[in-house]
Amino acid sequence: MPVPQIRGAQAREVWRRLSAVTDPELDEPITDMGFVERLEVSRSGEVEIDFRLPTYWCSPNFAFLMADGIRKAAMTPAWVQKVRVQLQDHCFADKVNDGINGQQPFGAIFAALTEGGNLDEVRETFREKAFLRRQEAVLQGLRAMGWTAGQITTLTLAEFDALNLSGHAEAAAQKPRYREILVGDGLALLPEDWAFVTWRGDPIVAEDLQDHLMRLRALRINMEFNGAMCRGLAAARYKEVVRNGEEPELIDFILGRVPPRACGDSQSSRG
Amino acid sequence: MYKTPDGQDVFVLDCHTHFWDGSPANQRNVHGKQFIDCFYAYHTALSPKDQLWEKSKFEKYSVDDIYRDLFVDGPDDMAIIQSTYLRDFYKEGFSSIERSSQMAQINPGRFIVNGAFDPRDGEKALEYIHYMKETFDIKGVKMYTAEWNGDSKGWKLTDPSAYKCFELCEKLGIRNVHVHKGPTILPLSKDAFAVGDVDEAATDFQGLNWIIEHCGLPRLDDFCWIATQETNVYGGLAVALPFIHSRPRYFAEVISELLFWLGPDKILFGSDYAIWTPQWLVDRLWNFEIPEDIATERGVQLTDEIKRKILGLNAARLYDIDVAAKMRELAQSPVRIAAE
Repeated sequence: MPVPQIRGAQAREVWRRLSAVTDPELDEPITDMGFVERLEVSRSGEVEIDFRLPTYWCSPNFAFLMADGIRKAAMTPAWVQKVRVQLQDHCFADKVNDGINGQQPFGAIFAALTEGGNLDEVRETFREKAFLRRQEAVLQGLRAMGWTAGQITTLTLAEFDALNLSGHAEAAAQKPRYREILVGDGLALLPEDWAFVTWRGDPIVAEDLQDHLMRLRALRINMEFNGAMCRGLAAARYKEVVRNGEEPELIDFILGRVPPRACGDSQSSRG
Repeated sequence: MYKTPDGQDVFVLDCHTHFWDGSPANQRNVHGKQFIDCFYAYHTALSPKDQLWEKSKFEKYSVDDIYRDLFVDGPDDMAIIQSTYLRDFYKEGFSSIERSSQMAQINPGRFIVNGAFDPRDGEKALEYIHYMKETFDIKGVKMYTAEWNGDSKGWKLTDPSAYKCFELCEKLGIRNVHVHKGPTILPLSKDAFAVGDVDEAATDFQGLNWIIEHCGLPRLDDFCWIATQETNVYGGLAVALPFIHSRPRYFAEVISELLFWLGPDKILFGSDYAIWTPQWLVDRLWNFEIPEDIATERGVQLTDEIKRKILGLNAARLYDIDVAAKMRELAQSPVRIAAE
């Protein structure tokens, strides 16, 4: 995945902020997915960010959500005077860019395309999916450690915070991300609150844990599909822009993407 | 026909193939270029490296290519060609019923060519359904709800204009409706991949078979729920199956969900040719076993008998094909390729 050139402390600060922006379908940071193509900070504190999605056809509501998230994240540092976000090579790029950078409030542009709906509905849907996806990762870690349904469903927030999940990489990685939504959205607040609840905030009964996990599994299958597709499509699309110095592969020869220096000593085996 | 490693013959009916022209000469605008580019990205992202095509061949392959890839090098006995027009993007349509039917005539008995219509055309769509039935005797249609048409960036199976078309299909005996759920553009507030309209349409048209391509992914759970409720909803494996190469464990989870919810009689093989070719897909599916932990958790198995159903028997039932008779017929008439 490509990473833009990040120069200077200010650009690095913006980059760190951008890592909190996720692709709503994947619940993965856009900076990890390689969507951010360019990040420039001027002396006067103006930030310019270009981003590009895996295909021209990626659903525009996700593009709107990400563009909005990027703008807000980039505005956070006190020194930032202005942010300009550009979505590139997308079927709705003009509308997204007008909405995000125009004089009209972003919500108004969006509302015109939504039959009266609003961005928050979509955001809420994907917040729920992210919550459940992260929860599943932690639950699977605990199950792999041999925890019973009763132990899992009666875990408190304080006990959750004290958990050591090392050795279960995915669970350990998702633990703080799960907590962020759990506490951030008020689903658990006090140390004695249950750590694992439904999106409605209801406790999970031990006998229901298996069914609950099956539902989470279905959700993970959907999100993994998106993740695998997006990575694959992004790799196929981005390869033409960023080489990162790696060895050319067969696909590069087929597409004529081989950098001049590598042409002389390699031959395509096909095409 | 697929020959198993231990010498059994397996009937293969490939439910989702295309004979498209996405070449620059046929592209109307940048959308046409981006559409075939996106297909090509799917091809390069999920194919084994030794199966990759050059871009120019991918944009427009020949009559010989399709016969060779499906029936000579590939194991298909028969294939269903889906029509997709995308008239806003392609001058002569992306894959038209006329061009595909012409190609299919060269070796009779191999292809079933399905039609397509756009309910937003109103009365014209109804006339066109009559034309396709009378001229090509179609048995099925392909619906692409994310297709652009002027200001409209998509439609729903439950739109009143669509219902008029489905009523006519039912009347004319066009029983198989293949539905591709691409990401829908508008309204932006809705889940772009929602499959809920399948539920309603399938309930209201019990006489039609609803085949949901790529099993509604990325909304597999919603799709499974609908397909469990509705006896006339089927899942097409196109796009899901290539994961068998790049992420076999993931494919095992998907097929396990499908087997658990839909059962073995409602899953249909489709290569999505020319995005992928059937030879490696069928070979890997036949040799695939669901890892034990996943099989145990869901209580499902992918037996040889189930594989036969998925690869051909289920679709043969939907398209009224007598498999034994068909295999005898095809054995008498091997595929001829002009160039060889």
